[in-house]
Amino acid sequence: MNKTHDNKAWFFVLPVVALVAFNAVIPLMTVVNYSVQETFGDNVFFWAGVMWFEQVLQSERFHDALFRQLAFTFTILLIEVPLGVAIALTMPKKGPWVPVCLVLMALPLLIPWNVVGAMWNIFALPDIGLLGRSLNALGFDYNFTRQPGDAWFTLILMDVWHWTSLVVLLAYAGLVSIPDAYYQAAKIDGAKPFAVFRYIQLPKMKRVLTIAVLLRFMDSFMIYTELSVLTGGGPGNSTTLLSIDLVKIALGQFDLGPAAAMSLIYFLIILALSWVFYTLMMRNEQQ
Amino acid sequence: MTRTSRYVPVLYILFLMLPIYWLVNMSFKTTNEILGEFTLFPREFTLENYVTIFTDPTWYMGYVNSITYVAINTVISVLVALPAAYAFSRYRFLGDKHLFFWLLTNRMAPPAVFALPFFQLYSAVGLFDTPLAVALAHTLFNIPLAVWILEGFMSGVPKELDETAYVDGHSFWSFFLKIFVPTIAAGIGVAAFFCFMFSWVELLLAKTLTSVDAKPIAATMTRTASTSGYELGLLAAAGTLTIIPGAFVIYFVRNYIAKGFALGRV
Repeated sequence: MNKTHDNKAWFFVLPVVALVAFNAVIPLMTVVNYSVQETFGDNVFFWAGVMWFEQVLQSERFHDALFRQLAFTFTILLIEVPLGVAIALTMPKKGPWVPVCLVLMALPLLIPWNVVGAMWNIFALPDIGLLGRSLNALGFDYNFTRQPGDAWFTLILMDVWHWTSLVVLLAYAGLVSIPDAYYQAAKIDGAKPFAVFRYIQLPKMKRVLTIAVLLRFMDSFMIYTELSVLTGGGPGNSTTLLSIDLVKIALGQFDLGPAAAMSLIYFLIILALSWVFYTLMMRNEQQ
Repeated sequence: MTRTSRYVPVLYILFLMLPIYWLVNMSFKTTNEILGEFTLFPREFTLENYVTIFTDPTWYMGYVNSITYVAINTVISVLVALPAAYAFSRYRFLGDKHLFFWLLTNRMAPPAVFALPFFQLYSAVGLFDTPLAVALAHTLFNIPLAVWILEGFMSGVPKELDETAYVDGHSFWSFFLKIFVPTIAAGIGVAAFFCFMFSWVELLLAKTLTSVDAKPIAATMTRTASTSGYELGLLAAAGTLTIIPGAFVIYFVRNYIAKGFALGRV
């Protein structure tokens, strides 16, 4: 669209800027403030420079949490994106079942995150949960509260349960926007199903899939509530991802300096990676 | 389409329903039955857990509080996002692209980073433990989202509509309120739905910013779970009730939901 150049448009965005600035800039400055100071209690602070940043960046604990976080994010992206696309491809395009499918699939997205965690906790408990009991009955030695491997399996299954629908809905939105004429043309040319997918459906879904990857990437990096209710980061530290570790340091040990420095590093990592996705997305949009 | 592929969505929906079924199933059981035996259906069907929730103010006020701040948040977010989204979709102005990305960065900010500073900020302005505090805090990620969705829907409306309206003698506000807003009503509905959704499911900030008077239902649940040991039936009933508002609002936007998740840009 041809946009008019007019700086008066700033008046329209002013309320948004004011509200978001109140919520974002003031707390962010608080975090920055803590991250460069040292305290021994009594609200007395000393300048600490980049000490906390060095400490966090060199600590093994942060490296481990970051590694687990990256492993988690890439695992769920690798499962959810292809699975979501596959489900969207097999969904009916019209008819009375479409709204039923959409509503049922979107349901997990609207459940409060701690309820998701609690639900999966009682679903997976080895003694009273349907999943845990069934797996043990099938001969697996499954106990997600004791064995790190099982905890990871449950965590990833929960995330797949919770968020694959987002990818499905996005991919589906892309698919229904393809005009029928495209498919007819492909049929006349004798295109195989894979060729239809590769040259018609995939290009049309590219834009929405970038949004899906961007949203899933950002949100999986921020996962806190479901995880803290499900495993609390345990057993041991095996599922302690970045946000769990951060809350342990900030609210558990009240180490404000290191917590603030870690917050900023954490935020910057998300920001940098999201910027890459965002740039790619906007480039797609201009094409 | 092959015959087997038709079962993929069915299987997927079954997988989605299993944990929900287990939760609902548990909410109708007595604590003894939950801990004592393993049953696929409640043997002694009881409504006791639901009765407790609807008669005890510490429980049902949790729902009232949650719905209050979610409603306030949705109204604020959509109202301020409307003119901003219009500006982004129609005008080019100084710093527009940077501003848009800055707004999005707030959607990327992990709530864990902001929990403590938010507590201090809202205590300082005297809003701590009010629904308004949570509603305002949730605008941090809901306003950028609302702007993003509305901008997508507005960019789909041709600019000729604006120009024709001015030629017909409409003033800007008369055009905006009487013609433009009704045109993108679906987009507004979808934006409101998403604000509702993300404010309803978020707990970390809602829990940090409240203590007694404005405590959300989700926080009531976590505190009960830790203080009174294992009242799983009650917990399951409370969880089941939190699913209902979501299922209710989703029904209204069912035809737009796919487009909405694509942020209006399909």
